[in-house]
Amino acid sequence: MTEAGTTAGEAKKVRPIVPYLKLPEKEGEEAVLVGVRCKACGKAFLGERLVCPACTAINQFEPVTFSRTGELYAYTIVHQSAPGIPVPYISAIIDLPEGVSVRANIVDVEPRPENLKFGMKVEMVTRKVREDSEGNDVIAFFFRPVEG
Amino acid sequence: MREVAVIGVGMIRFGRYDKSVWELARDAILEALQDAGVEFKKVEALYSGNMYRTNLSGQQILQQIGLTGIPVVNVVNACATGSTAVREAYLAVAMGLHDIVVAVGSEQMGKMGLLGADAARREESVEGILGSGLMPAIFSTAGVEHMRKYGTTIEQFAKVSVKNHKYGYYNPRSQYRVLLSLEDVLNSRMISYPNTLYMCCPTGDGAAAVVLAPMSRAREFTSKPVKIAASVLTTDPYTDRVFALPDPNTMTRNAAKLAYEQAGVGPEDLDLVELHDCFATAEILHYENLGLCPEGEGGRLIDEGETEIDGRIPVNISGGLLSLGHPIGATGVSKICECVWQLRGEAQTPDRQVPDCKVALAHTIGLASGGACTIHILVR
Ligand SMILES: [Zn+2]
Repeated sequence: MTEAGTTAGEAKKVRPIVPYLKLPEKEGEEAVLVGVRCKACGKAFLGERLVCPACTAINQFEPVTFSRTGELYAYTIVHQSAPGIPVPYISAIIDLPEGVSVRANIVDVEPRPENLKFGMKVEMVTRKVREDSEGNDVIAFFFRPVEG
Repeated sequence: MREVAVIGVGMIRFGRYDKSVWELARDAILEALQDAGVEFKKVEALYSGNMYRTNLSGQQILQQIGLTGIPVVNVVNACATGSTAVREAYLAVAMGLHDIVVAVGSEQMGKMGLLGADAARREESVEGILGSGLMPAIFSTAGVEHMRKYGTTIEQFAKVSVKNHKYGYYNPRSQYRVLLSLEDVLNSRMISYPNTLYMCCPTGDGAAAVVLAPMSRAREFTSKPVKIAASVLTTDPYTDRVFALPDPNTMTRNAAKLAYEQAGVGPEDLDLVELHDCFATAEILHYENLGLCPEGEGGRLIDEGETEIDGRIPVNISGGLLSLGHPIGATGVSKICECVWQLRGEAQTPDRQVPDCKVALAHTIGLASGGACTIHILVR
């Protein structure tokens, strides 16, 4: 079985759970979130766009690779979800330094409010979450508290 | 633009029914027509809100109340579906297109359970992996944001549920008529921190309807016409975290500003507010969004009892979504019905009649990946 986040294109294929997660393509690379920044208004977005939803400028984007560390802005702890989804889990809003916010689970910490401090530093990790119908490993991103 | 009056209102008790959703809508419309003293033959257009049975909903309702061949506009706008139908009806009368129109909201959710749960089961779903996009998580995270900014406490959010259930207990149209203590609310099962079970609105079946006419003709039908002094619709504008955390606040603030301008009143003039308390956290946010108190003082407002029936600005004396229920398409219309009953002094039980109610505000929002907000200000 392929380790999550390792090089794509080995014996088994891997694919990202969303298009704005870029998996490593060669040795030494890390998975990153990618998107665009509007040159007209400066706002950044996850993924590709043609028109800026903030200022309506058309096709004035430059690519951005987002940092793998950010800060916890707000969260909830989900105790009831759709059937089959394991609970509880932390659904968090993470602010990244490039000026974009992303929703993700926070992992590797007990899901209790006292473990979650507003503004705490978190770092991105990637893990396999399932196989798709073609047998590919589906890789998702998560955030975990930064040690120290 | 002509002045527009509500001349009749009708609403079935929210709950669970064996009847079809179209029969529920029929019952609400027949009550509203009777209230207005208008035969259905006189109705010139129907505006029908229903979220889960969108296609031809109004035509299905016509099959229950009369196939008169009138124009029907079917409306869907998330949880603001019903109030958007009322706004379309209002605009048609205000612009002189029609005189007598009906707006109806209906929904049958039966035992659908948690909204969005079906989509969350699909293979490509990211639910529970990239956080949660389900309703409880959206409004719980917005509540936690308020805790971060202003130190709002879980107890303050929980008090909203105690208050709204108290008034719902006295409302014969309320789905869950139960008196709850603060301990009951805090000790109920956690759904999505900080909202416990009793801090989340129930789903159910329901229907509500209004009959509108130009104010110049209103007294042909009723001695107590209620004027629609403002009818506003907004969507969520760009804000910095909007794609990660849907924003119930900015579109409500924008709508409130427009509605107060249109009606020529301010929040200090309101005698009653029926706002969209889909979760207890939401009510506190909307105290500030609607200008009922200064920024950051929503928690204090509930602590000091200012939104109780004898407080400075009574809020959700119907019982709110938390007690009245939230059959999506019907909700926005039901809030307008409630304002009309309060303005006429017909709140049925003395325990929940707002004394000398002259100006009332009805607020509804829908929010998921995108949002809609309506505000109606009603004046007697
Ligand atoms: Zn832009």
